[in-house]
Amino acid sequence: MYLYSEFDRTYVRNRVRMFRDQVDRRIDGSLSEEEFKPFRLMNGLYLQLHAYMLRVAIPYGTLDSRRLRQLAFIADRWDRGYGHFTTRQNIQFNWPRLKDVPDILDALADVDMHAIQTSGNCIRNVTADHFAGAAADELSDPRPVAELIRQWSTDHPEFTFLPRKFKIAVTGSPNDRAVTRAHDIGLRMVHSKEGQNGFEVIVGGGLGRTPVIGKVIREHLPEADLLPYLEAILHVYNAIGRRDNKYKARIKITVRETGIDAFRSRVEERFRIIRKEFLGADQQVIRRIRDTFAEPDYVQAPTAAFDDALRRDPAFRDFANGNVHRHKNPDYGIVSVSLKAHGRTPGDASSKQMRILADLAEAYGHDELRISHEQNVILPHVHRKDIPAVFAELSRGGLGTPNVGLASDIIACPGMDYCALATARSIPVARDIAVRLREIERDVGSLKIKISGCINACGHHHVGHIGILGLDRAGVENYQITLGGDATETAALGDRAGPGFPADELVPAIERLALTYLDIREDQDESFLETYRRTGLAPFQAALYPDAVPKGRGGHPERSNDAVS
Amino acid sequence: MATIVTDDGFIADDRANEFLDWTEAAQDPADLPYGAAVEIPNSLSGEELVPGFDRIAHLRICFPSHVDGRGFTLARHLRRLGYAGRLRASGHLLADQYVMARRCGFDEVEIDDELARRQPESVWQQSWQQQTASYQFLLQREA
Amino acid sequence: MARPFTPKVLTANHLLDGDVVYLAPGSRLTRKLSEAMLIEDESTAKALLEAAEARSSVLVGPYLADAIRDSDGRPRSTHIRETLRADGPSIDIL
Repeated sequence: MYLYSEFDRTYVRNRVRMFRDQVDRRIDGSLSEEEFKPFRLMNGLYLQLHAYMLRVAIPYGTLDSRRLRQLAFIADRWDRGYGHFTTRQNIQFNWPRLKDVPDILDALADVDMHAIQTSGNCIRNVTADHFAGAAADELSDPRPVAELIRQWSTDHPEFTFLPRKFKIAVTGSPNDRAVTRAHDIGLRMVHSKEGQNGFEVIVGGGLGRTPVIGKVIREHLPEADLLPYLEAILHVYNAIGRRDNKYKARIKITVRETGIDAFRSRVEERFRIIRKEFLGADQQVIRRIRDTFAEPDYVQAPTAAFDDALRRDPAFRDFANGNVHRHKNPDYGIVSVSLKAHGRTPGDASSKQMRILADLAEAYGHDELRISHEQNVILPHVHRKDIPAVFAELSRGGLGTPNVGLASDIIACPGMDYCALATARSIPVARDIAVRLREIERDVGSLKIKISGCINACGHHHVGHIGILGLDRAGVENYQITLGGDATETAALGDRAGPGFPADELVPAIERLALTYLDIREDQDESFLETYRRTGLAPFQAALYPDAVPKGRGGHPERSNDAVS
Repeated sequence: MATIVTDDGFIADDRANEFLDWTEAAQDPADLPYGAAVEIPNSLSGEELVPGFDRIAHLRICFPSHVDGRGFTLARHLRRLGYAGRLRASGHLLADQYVMARRCGFDEVEIDDELARRQPESVWQQSWQQQTASYQFLLQREA
Repeated sequence: MARPFTPKVLTANHLLDGDVVYLAPGSRLTRKLSEAMLIEDESTAKALLEAAEARSSVLVGPYLADAIRDSDGRPRSTHIRETLRADGPSIDIL
């Protein structure tokens, strides 16, 4: 993985020193809260419902055992012994005290980590495919590109006070696991017809109050043009993005109001000027970065232990079928470790669990770990012969839940249990759904349930096969259901199913959806999403609202699914 | 009286009240006197000033709030277009933003007395002197 | 027509540790909602909020939150968000 240069180290230390100074000035009164807030946000520090929350970047989701152990140490020393992995490949500590935060940042700097730009109206932590460098379907590892963008965007003097936050995701595989169409900028690594490496550049996607699937602004951008092109997009956005209304300030609204073609011409015009300012060092830097992402030193050994375990152990069979994905080396597997044990908080890991994962990565995984946007931990390179041992160790630590991709593998934002912006709780809902569907989830198969506790959609509910949005109805929680969303290369926004449900009626409603699917699927190979696309909303609506009086001739309360866009 | 922050510290404002308001002026750069000082809003695109570059000696860009970063992008663009005169940021900018302002092409920052009291010269000097090299510089230079 | 005033408590987060705090009688701060002062008239509420905004070296984001008087005379929140702020997360922590 990427190795910090002396420059990186000095830079991060300097930022910690600056923040320590800003905290001191806030406490002594020479910075007001209003003035301090953007600086604390730029260093990942929020003030939530009950406490400060520190969001630490895990660049492109990549970690090693040393870094994960340091996160465990931070959780024990300055927090409450756990951390929460988020949909943006970050980790959040929920209980730090203001005066301790500079010390935490120094502890992160000790292992070449930071919390820079994990919040605020700037370019955020760049995310990438969590199977990067390991996936069988990968064209090219997206992480060196993500690292190059991290460097370019860090403390960019022009783009640190944007109209709103700005999120970039990169994928190197045709199967999009990085949700590139729901980012401010999505980059898909592609080969041109002539075989040249480059990017398809997608702009103006996003979820939130106004969900939008991003549009292609450049079909093929040559590799060497990447940074000046990004700079041109940001330059145009910073100049013309709206600042009068927080909900219209994201680039998706700028692109929509300007029109993609007019927006593209402005970008291209700026790009022609900016391109000349990049004199070649960036290409040298990315070559150096690429060298640090060398392939692991693969072990050659028989895989019989894996096949034996498959035959002998039904529990391992479930694990291998769900949690192990195809590696580009056929002797290897990508192991997804579920942080979704039934009845627990999705994405939470105790310091003890972090240490178990660090040990496993060191012993069996070429010392690599990934955090997925689905809030799980990945061991990207495990030889098949070792997977049974890894499963046994995981199970002992409460980490062996074989539910990856199933109904209980739920994405959920922290919701109103922690978040100051939330309008309803997400975690208890996720927990109760997981427990309720446990008996049938293996039969149901692939089902992505995503829960957000407010319209900001941190839980990606719009792109869940079943999406749940928690709202506030006069001080009482109420949950809206959307169906048919899709976060992959066939991205689609879910359709609203109808009126919302109070908390105590939600879980049975979700169960009715799952049972209806089992009832109406053509065969076991038709997934929930495929069934939904075939039948549309109607049968699911009937299950959700059995007592609804149909309007007109066999109609249903809301529009039927006429467009999956 | 406003305070002007430069790399060398605070100086008194030598151009106070001399700035012509672009939005009230005829907006024809050819009408500007040689050596003019002009105040422009951060919503300008920049191109409209190009015909007056040889007449404008000093530009002042307003920051209505320290979180409104349009001025940074406008400054950068004016420099790219070839503006070589003095460039001043005025309004609510903090010491912590001084380095950014300089890197975007500003020469100086104008602050009011209240801010100069809360963020005295030493704070601005520290911010300037303790800066590290930037990633952007490393990525844009010649290979 | 102006809405009639409903009782409030004054609450904020503490600058240093982020804890939820409430204004208690005698300008004291408390971390317990049950010890908070229930403010029953609008002009007092307004004056106390202004005073709290001036205490920016201790309080972050002070505001008035709806509350009612419980049967035992103590303030209780009327909104799920304020209940969670007062009681902490509703879930088991690992």
